[in-house]
Amino acid sequence: MRNRALAIPYVVWMALFVIAPLILIVIYAFTAKDGGVTLSNFSNMGQYFPAFRHSFVLAVIATLICILIGYPLAYFLSKESVMVRKVAMMLIMLPMWMNFLLRTYAWMSLLDDNGLINQFLGSIGLFDLINGIFGTNLTCFHMINTQGAIILGMVYNFLPFMIMPIFSVIDKIDPKVIEAAQDLGANNTMVFRKVIFPLSLPGVLSGVTMVFIPSVSTFALSRLLGGGKTLLLGDLIEMQFLGNAYNPHLGSAIALVMMVIVLVCMAIMNRFGEGEEGVAVL
Amino acid sequence: MKKTLALLLTTALALGLSLTACGGTTSGTASTPGTESKGEVNVYNWGVYIDESVLDEFTAQTGIKVNYDTFESNESMYGVLKNDGASYDVVIPSDYMISRMIEEDMLEPLDFANIPNFSDIDPALKNPDYDPENLYSVPYMWGLLGIIYNTTLVSETPTSWATMFDAQYSGQILMFNNSRDALGVALKYLGYSYNTTDEAQIKEATDLLIKQKPLVQSYVMDEIFEKMQSGSAAIGAYYYGDYLTMADVNPDLAFCLPEEGTNLYVDAMCIPKGAENKANAEAFINFMCSTAVGTANVEETWYSSPLLSVREELDPEVSEDPYAYPDEELLAKCESFKNLPQETLTLYDGEWTRLKLASN
Repeated sequence: MRNRALAIPYVVWMALFVIAPLILIVIYAFTAKDGGVTLSNFSNMGQYFPAFRHSFVLAVIATLICILIGYPLAYFLSKESVMVRKVAMMLIMLPMWMNFLLRTYAWMSLLDDNGLINQFLGSIGLFDLINGIFGTNLTCFHMINTQGAIILGMVYNFLPFMIMPIFSVIDKIDPKVIEAAQDLGANNTMVFRKVIFPLSLPGVLSGVTMVFIPSVSTFALSRLLGGGKTLLLGDLIEMQFLGNAYNPHLGSAIALVMMVIVLVCMAIMNRFGEGEEGVAVL
Repeated sequence: MKKTLALLLTTALALGLSLTACGGTTSGTASTPGTESKGEVNVYNWGVYIDESVLDEFTAQTGIKVNYDTFESNESMYGVLKNDGASYDVVIPSDYMISRMIEEDMLEPLDFANIPNFSDIDPALKNPDYDPENLYSVPYMWGLLGIIYNTTLVSETPTSWATMFDAQYSGQILMFNNSRDALGVALKYLGYSYNTTDEAQIKEATDLLIKQKPLVQSYVMDEIFEKMQSGSAAIGAYYYGDYLTMADVNPDLAFCLPEEGTNLYVDAMCIPKGAENKANAEAFINFMCSTAVGTANVEETWYSSPLLSVREELDPEVSEDPYAYPDEELLAKCESFKNLPQETLTLYDGEWTRLKLASN
């Protein structure tokens, strides 16, 4: 009973700030401007299919890159001394102390055609070298306002959310398990493949969740780094609230469909994880 | 179970109450100790649109604390007000948005007895189309839209909106990142009215924007300052006042008033329905219309002032600038945005989505 009492503030918090908004979204999604119940918000969803596809493709790519960078980093970090780990963790967390928008603005001035990176490459004579060899007329690498820049923004902003869970899971693997594998004659590759990797999967799964969900729903990145030339789901939803027509009903419906798709993705992924260990990431 | 639910509801209620109580105390203790508290005024204005020191000046003169927030498009401001997400006492939307808000009963009629400085407003800007009886709004700034270009990056001097669609400037063009302004550029180029409700014309304009999309470097709002000043873009459509600010940083920039005509906008101060500090809001509006404050704001933003006394105060170089204070002939070529009917607004959003989703 005492435990229950302790849970009340948390339950109230959840009810007010998670459940209630969710219910509001559902109500909005199924009503029309005049207040009547309708499915019309969903029936026209087909025209936004490209936005859905595009958001999911970019988010999947960003998540994969985060695994490729984050997993080895977390793995090697777990082998380092306590001091190195602390410093490394600090450095990984440090950018997150700054505002998301500020970090993105910084990338804008880095990636610009006249930006710091291109200025640097120009000043060390890289473009002259390339032009000399290939006979091209290159003055800069075009990086800003591309799909690549959007993915870069996602990876940069959400990478810590991949490293952290993987690191904490690998770090907790009992060294005795690894020793036992080695005693049984497994070489380093086999130890990793048969012991460490399966045991670290729960961390990877929660990392994937924590990177994929914010990536798929991000909205400022495509405008700031992608030059506003693509419409991602986040932008599409924002437009329903801050655009000309002001249609929170359609916005809620799109948000709801997105949530359902993400939920299904996560459920399928957890099914994969269950084979290894009964993890529930959601 | 019922007990738990009851407890839950009571706690929620208590939490809600304590939150409101908190809200009350913050506003009460907000003023600096020593000065007598005269309450506050919540102002919602465009970004980069004021000399911020005048806000402190207002507090010093009246003891009223100013809470100042900014928005970046009329539509986002409308969304915030409509959502009841925040309560503001003074908002500064543009002409067409004001008429929409009047139609939707979102504005409070002003008590002009509290705004004596209204007499200084240029009579040409009184009783405008968007507020025919001038009950709800006091003009703050106005100006013209045009093409800003970098003289070192263009081969010929632009004279028409056609420059915005010229393939030789591929990757160098900046376009508005909102449907009304972006479609406006295309509509004017095609020779149509900004306020057309003809579906075929609007679709034709969108088709033109889709063709233009590969040439566009990026769709921007205030990001245009940085991009034009640094020379990373050659051409962009924006306002004359902003051009003056940009040209201050980068003297290579020049301004063109397209021959097809352009947009004349007026941004005016209004009080949203249900504002809690209406008297303070009127005091603030009156303050903004004083000669000294109006001059300070012009010298910061370089937009055109509706105040006659400010025009006299300004350097003749500014007050006789034909683009800042255009003559009748020029004005005749300009058109203002009007509020569009709901089905046209929905069409705009649909067409804008079509443009943004177009891949080429």
